[in-house]
Amino acid sequence: MIISLRRIWGLVYRHLTLFRRSWPRLLDLAYWPVLQMTIWGFTSQFFAARLGNHGAVTVGMMLGGVLLWEMALRSHLGFAITFMEEIWSRNLGHIFVSPLRPWELVAALLSMSMIRMSLGVVPAALVAGLLYHFNILSVGPVVVLFAANLILMGWWVALSCVSLILSQGGGAESLVWSMLIGLSPLAAVYYPVAVMPWWLQKLALSLPAAHVFEGLRAAIGQGVIRWDELAWAGGLNAAWMAGAILLFMQQFHAARRNGAFMNIGE
Amino acid sequence: MYAIEVESLTKRYRAALAVNAISFTVSYGETIGLLGGNGAGKTTTIAMLLGLLVPTSGQIKVLGFDMHKDRFSALARLNFSSPYVALPHRLTVAENLRVYANLYNVKHVEKRIGELAEELEITNLLSRPAGQLSAGQKTRVALAKSLINRPELLLLDEPTASLDPDTGDLVRSWLERYRASSGCTILLASHNMDEVARLCGPVLMMKQGRIVDRGTTAELLTRYNRAHLEDVFLDIARSRSNTESPVTA
Repeated sequence: MIISLRRIWGLVYRHLTLFRRSWPRLLDLAYWPVLQMTIWGFTSQFFAARLGNHGAVTVGMMLGGVLLWEMALRSHLGFAITFMEEIWSRNLGHIFVSPLRPWELVAALLSMSMIRMSLGVVPAALVAGLLYHFNILSVGPVVVLFAANLILMGWWVALSCVSLILSQGGGAESLVWSMLIGLSPLAAVYYPVAVMPWWLQKLALSLPAAHVFEGLRAAIGQGVIRWDELAWAGGLNAAWMAGAILLFMQQFHAARRNGAFMNIGE
Repeated sequence: MYAIEVESLTKRYRAALAVNAISFTVSYGETIGLLGGNGAGKTTTIAMLLGLLVPTSGQIKVLGFDMHKDRFSALARLNFSSPYVALPHRLTVAENLRVYANLYNVKHVEKRIGELAEELEITNLLSRPAGQLSAGQKTRVALAKSLINRPELLLLDEPTASLDPDTGDLVRSWLERYRASSGCTILLASHNMDEVARLCGPVLMMKQGRIVDRGTTAELLTRYNRAHLEDVFLDIARSRSNTESPVTA
């Protein structure tokens, strides 16, 4: 497989340039993560004050959950919205007649996803530190594995969204905004999987996020690293990502067969 | 050896037959015209030549590369321009050209952009957002994009559509100069008969997905006993010609 860093940079440059010229776009990246952190921070502090000795742990679990879930959401949106920008600007026709390979496109989308996610989550982490004296890194180095799994989950959900857009056209755009948010109740961000009905638990445990947040609660609450949960999260991510890649390849080839690249913006 | 070799190319969308078993070749350095009414199959044919659309059946070789097996090798050496495919509006002209220079792995990007800007008289537009340009300026910028990689093959889909006569003439003159200096092969789809008569050697006349006739402008005028290519076009579009049977050559 030939991959050109130059071509990947070409597409990343195209999207970075948009940010350079538009401060509202930059502000938009940090707006929701900071807002979420602010609301959940005060809410956590309010409940923590009534929990006595367990208060600090509860605040840690909640704010850690908010911050890590934002990583999944922002990496998902960063990937999918970057692709949609090409649809909105009716630029796909030029891109797909250039020598840019589909995997270089995906690599550029992943790069933009990381940049957009960082620009959103870092300000939220700063707010958590300044207002609530919470530092996600205090959980320990394992937090990197939690974050990596959630970012991966954001990516395979986004790749599936892009596949749906290739298949169904611009009408599927609304799914980009709602798909991962729709999975929030099953992600067990703010509560353990055990509080769900048994049949919903089965569904929740099929998502890497539920295992990550079980692991986060164990790390903050008991100081224990749940390697079993991390292994489940990693394995599920691998399986879901493989499925998303297959779906993307299938829909990419279908789009070339049915002419979707010629009129996908319509 | 041809710049383009098309053999029995067919594209079917469910019940609709967009392109019906067309065959043609284009020699290196030749400028060929693709003429036909709306829905004749010109854009579909160009999309298949670019690898944007997979044919239902048939073979395409572009610059010696099989577009089914090795389209990326061909895509690096060709380019495309159409007023119907936009460049990102919020990026300036220079930024747009930089993006495509990177996508085509162009060396000495700024120098190349400067050369093109001078040749196409867009130097004063380089710092302006593409979305704020007039139709004529957009066409020249789109041409600059399509020449960024010094293509050996240029596919142009109605390059002067919606341009005023002066700007249209400027673009056509520029294409003539570029062809003479570079030896580039050009495939031009157009509704503008004067443009096709002026720029193209052979002309393929398409109707309902088929090539119904072909020849140089002079040959077609003689064959249809007409003074203008537009009348030949109308004869074919309205099926008044003596050449009813499709020609594949």
